[in-house]
Amino acid sequence: MISRLVIICFFIILFIIIMIPFYAVALSSFKPGESLVRYGLNLSLDFKIMSFDNFIYLFTGEHDYFVWFWNSMILTIVQVVLTLFVSAFVAYGFAAYHFKGKNFLFICVLLIMMVPFEILLVPLYSLINDLKMVNSYSAIILPGIANAATIFFFRQYLRSIPKEIIQSGRIDGANEYAIYFRLIMPIMKPSFAAMAILNGMNSWNNLLWPFMVLGDQSKYTLPIGLKTLLTPYGNNYDLLIVGSFFSIIPIFILFIAFQKYFIDGMTAGAVKG
Amino acid sequence: MIKRFVYSQKVAPYVFVLPFILIFLIFWFYPLVNSFVMSFQDRMLGQDPKWVGEANYSKLLTDKVFLTAIKNSVVYMLGTLVLLIPFPMLFAVMINSKLMVGREFFKSSFFLPALTSVAVAGTIFRLTFGEMEGSLMNSFLGLFGVEPIKFLKNGEWSMAALLILACWRWTGVNMLYYLSGLKSIDNEYYEAASIDGASAWQKFRTITMPLLKPTTVYVTTISIYAGLAMFTESLMMFNGNNSPKNIGLTIVGFLYRQGIEKNKLGYAAAVGIILLVIAMVINLTQLKFSGMFKKEED
Repeated sequence: MISRLVIICFFIILFIIIMIPFYAVALSSFKPGESLVRYGLNLSLDFKIMSFDNFIYLFTGEHDYFVWFWNSMILTIVQVVLTLFVSAFVAYGFAAYHFKGKNFLFICVLLIMMVPFEILLVPLYSLINDLKMVNSYSAIILPGIANAATIFFFRQYLRSIPKEIIQSGRIDGANEYAIYFRLIMPIMKPSFAAMAILNGMNSWNNLLWPFMVLGDQSKYTLPIGLKTLLTPYGNNYDLLIVGSFFSIIPIFILFIAFQKYFIDGMTAGAVKG
Repeated sequence: MIKRFVYSQKVAPYVFVLPFILIFLIFWFYPLVNSFVMSFQDRMLGQDPKWVGEANYSKLLTDKVFLTAIKNSVVYMLGTLVLLIPFPMLFAVMINSKLMVGREFFKSSFFLPALTSVAVAGTIFRLTFGEMEGSLMNSFLGLFGVEPIKFLKNGEWSMAALLILACWRWTGVNMLYYLSGLKSIDNEYYEAASIDGASAWQKFRTITMPLLKPTTVYVTTISIYAGLAMFTESLMMFNGNNSPKNIGLTIVGFLYRQGIEKNKLGYAAAVGIILLVIAMVINLTQLKFSGMFKKEED
């Protein structure tokens, strides 16, 4: 009984610690940005300075916040749909067939997973520059469309699907692609949900590569936009804090919606080995 | 005829993996080879490259700023390994125990920080570690009578701040990895151990830890990768790539500074190759050490 109490208390304390930053930001959304400059982020409930001004400014003020928000939305949806579609297609090739060069190609998948993407920043940027793709969303989407980690996950998932399904499809006279699209893809739904969150999270939050590729302000995504509110000459905290808080909401909704699949599905591929 | 060819069972697998082959060659293999070539050149965007041999490498190895960046990245990586493997494992075991209530609630709420972007999380933590007396961390330390600390102007403190940010964001994620690892452990082992009169600690050491090894290897691998490649956290924490005396500079930060900010593409490419070598050596050693190569077969 005592040990149960200890464990539960421990987790409650952990929970509070983890939630403090969220609470502090939520609280700061109601305070003028100037107070952040003066006192830093804090937990004081000072009703004298608290108001809805930042929220009013967010929704009615002159700024590009909702342009960034919309850009992020579009980019994330397109990127997730394309990445899942292509990666699952590729993964099926690895999971369902034996063919010459398969092992070599799969080692390439594993290799990409182990090499930091960041080392390619410079050559990839000059490639994008040569291809005249600078400032386009395709430069953000295309390199990641056959995502190694996602392929790996789908392949692990597909390995647990009985081969008899494929065989029975062939006996019924379906061609290889019809088997994949009509029989296999519907079975993969839960794994799509898990990967949608993970890829959605990465895409929504991605900063570095989009920041390098996109020069045009009207194309900025939310993380880049929020970053531009901070300059060496002064910071627009009024918008930054309330905007930061607001930016977590879409991804939070996605998480809640797919959570059921997510928690079970996240590591099904990674850990079985 | 073409249709017959594409539809045949022999050709279909190649059609399926074709997108990967194309993307791999264009956006991975070509840039990597290009990066290798560039690293032996003196090169700027839009100018003809000049071959300089291994000059970039020898210059790098004596570049004090680069060595600082390597030190920072390695310390950060080791820090994340020490903090983000044993503790999440322990938390997972605790949350998984029969004594626990509200499991689902804690699982998902610990995951929430991972949903925040680096741009947002970095900003929050920079303000949390502000140097004012009233900012969150200093007012907390003030409760114990500690004088306000200038976290982001002092090397050790700013590393601590970066590690606390990492812990905040990733503890829940790693805990979930361990929870799913725990799920695959057969309960019979524990029953057998109970019959033999094993204590909780003995069960943890002789059953749980060894059987969680695949999870540990996986988490270690991704932590090494992420630790060595860390950049945006530092970029947000210090509000730019320039921290006082480079206390927040990482390998990728150095690469970015040379390649993007200063347009020294060759020099930056050499940094990338060195980072690649470091990451591969550490990871392959780790994987070999844990005997993981035998397992990855069909």
